[in-house]
Amino acid sequence: MSDEERTGPAAGGEPAFSPAGLTARDIHLSFGRTKVLRGVDLDVPPGGTACLIGPSGSGKSTFLRTINRLLEPDRGDILLDGVSVLDGDPDALRRQIGMVFQQFNLFPHMSVLRNLTLPLRRIRKLSADEAEETARRQLELVGLADKAGARPGSLSGGQQQRVAIARALAMRPRVMLFDEATSALDPELVKGVLGIMSDLSRQGMTMVVVTHEMGFAREVADTVAFLDRGVAVESGPPEQIFDAPRSPRLRRFLSDVL
Amino acid sequence: MDVPATLWDSFFDWSSMREALGDMVTTGLPNTLILSITSALIGTVLGLLLAMAGIARRRWLRWPARVYTDIFRGLPAVVTILLIGVGLSQPAMELWGPNPYPLGILALSLIATAYIGEIFRSGIQSVEAGQLEAARALGFSHAAAMALVIIPQGVRRVLPAWVNQLIALIKESSLVYFLGLAAGQRELFRIGQDAAANSGNQSALVLAGLFYLALTVPLTHLVNLVDRRLRHGRRRDGAGTDDGDMLLLTGGPPVPARGEEAR
Repeated sequence: MSDEERTGPAAGGEPAFSPAGLTARDIHLSFGRTKVLRGVDLDVPPGGTACLIGPSGSGKSTFLRTINRLLEPDRGDILLDGVSVLDGDPDALRRQIGMVFQQFNLFPHMSVLRNLTLPLRRIRKLSADEAEETARRQLELVGLADKAGARPGSLSGGQQQRVAIARALAMRPRVMLFDEATSALDPELVKGVLGIMSDLSRQGMTMVVVTHEMGFAREVADTVAFLDRGVAVESGPPEQIFDAPRSPRLRRFLSDVL
Repeated sequence: MDVPATLWDSFFDWSSMREALGDMVTTGLPNTLILSITSALIGTVLGLLLAMAGIARRRWLRWPARVYTDIFRGLPAVVTILLIGVGLSQPAMELWGPNPYPLGILALSLIATAYIGEIFRSGIQSVEAGQLEAARALGFSHAAAMALVIIPQGVRRVLPAWVNQLIALIKESSLVYFLGLAAGQRELFRIGQDAAANSGNQSALVLAGLFYLALTVPLTHLVNLVDRRLRHGRRRDGAGTDDGDMLLLTGGPPVPARGEEAR
């Protein structure tokens, strides 16, 4: 990566992030009797971007939540740089994995700035000054420096999602998870958020992206995995998935959404 | 007999009111305020603990919280006040002598705890699950996420109901008169009641009522104000749009967003 490229949402004076490799092996998860995940595998090398596509209810978002252990898999293993993370402290794991949600989930009772400084101070243990400096820089990188004092509720959906991305990146994660980050946005606001995500991918962040934006997946992903009924039916480079799908289920899905 | 005049005198006899006014201001009002503010503070602190126990993941915490709430919300306030105030007077005697006043505060606090606990619980449970998820995903422990993110939001949402409970508490504080207070411990109602018995008309009680209204009516309007602020001040949906300033983030020459083709 050239220095010129290192100016996107994750850069800005902080040491550049050190992306981790991520591997999920044979992930199973049931809610009661409903088997939501039935053996999902995924391999993302350091700096790689994987997009998860599939019909709603296929288990994409559930699978994403097993990666940072918001949901504990019943079976299988999650490895970060080859080391299993299921035995350690989940809070320590989550410090290395940023997550962005469909509904943004900014904390509405505090200012945009405090949304960033609170975890910086409490979790990264920065001083008040360091936290504010880091937060302001991160907000600037997503183009929202002037909104530091605003309440999240006064921002548009696209702005809120950019703040949410800034909040996650400020923690200097080694992996970023995106759970349908643009699905709740008005169409005209989608582009800005996808732009930040593709910049981040280009800068070499390890990313797992659950998305319905097929154009984004084709353009940005190194790997696309098609999930259906809790199984990764087919995965491979985007050209293979979109131009030469092998399984009938994927073909049917693509003809439905494209 | 002039009925309207008699009625007027029995409710609005100025001289009876004037006679009671001194005690009302120097004794009744301070005592009513002490009783209701103290029990409001205790009830708020204990109510928050009760609410947290009520939503705890551990059953042995949830279960007692439910039983407590059912009992103290289900009993008439008078019954609770008499049971505590009279029932516990013996051990209280050992601790601080024959003084029912602290027991009155205790009883009012226990009642307030049950109601305020329910108010807080409903508020905390109304906070979207995504808030806890986001806090945990950032690396906050469950306890820190609750303390910093969930509870402040939940409590804020139910502030109007909480103020309503303070109003109820001011009124219920009159019930401690059942415990037989010393002259200097009498609150507004008891002073009005005593004065009314002496004068033979209800004017002093009307005066006590006016004092209560002077306390509660501003609070009811405060509820409305707080409610409006929470409704309109905090959430202004649709305000502002993305103004295409995302290009700023690249710092250098504008790079076309790759997501563009995705649209």
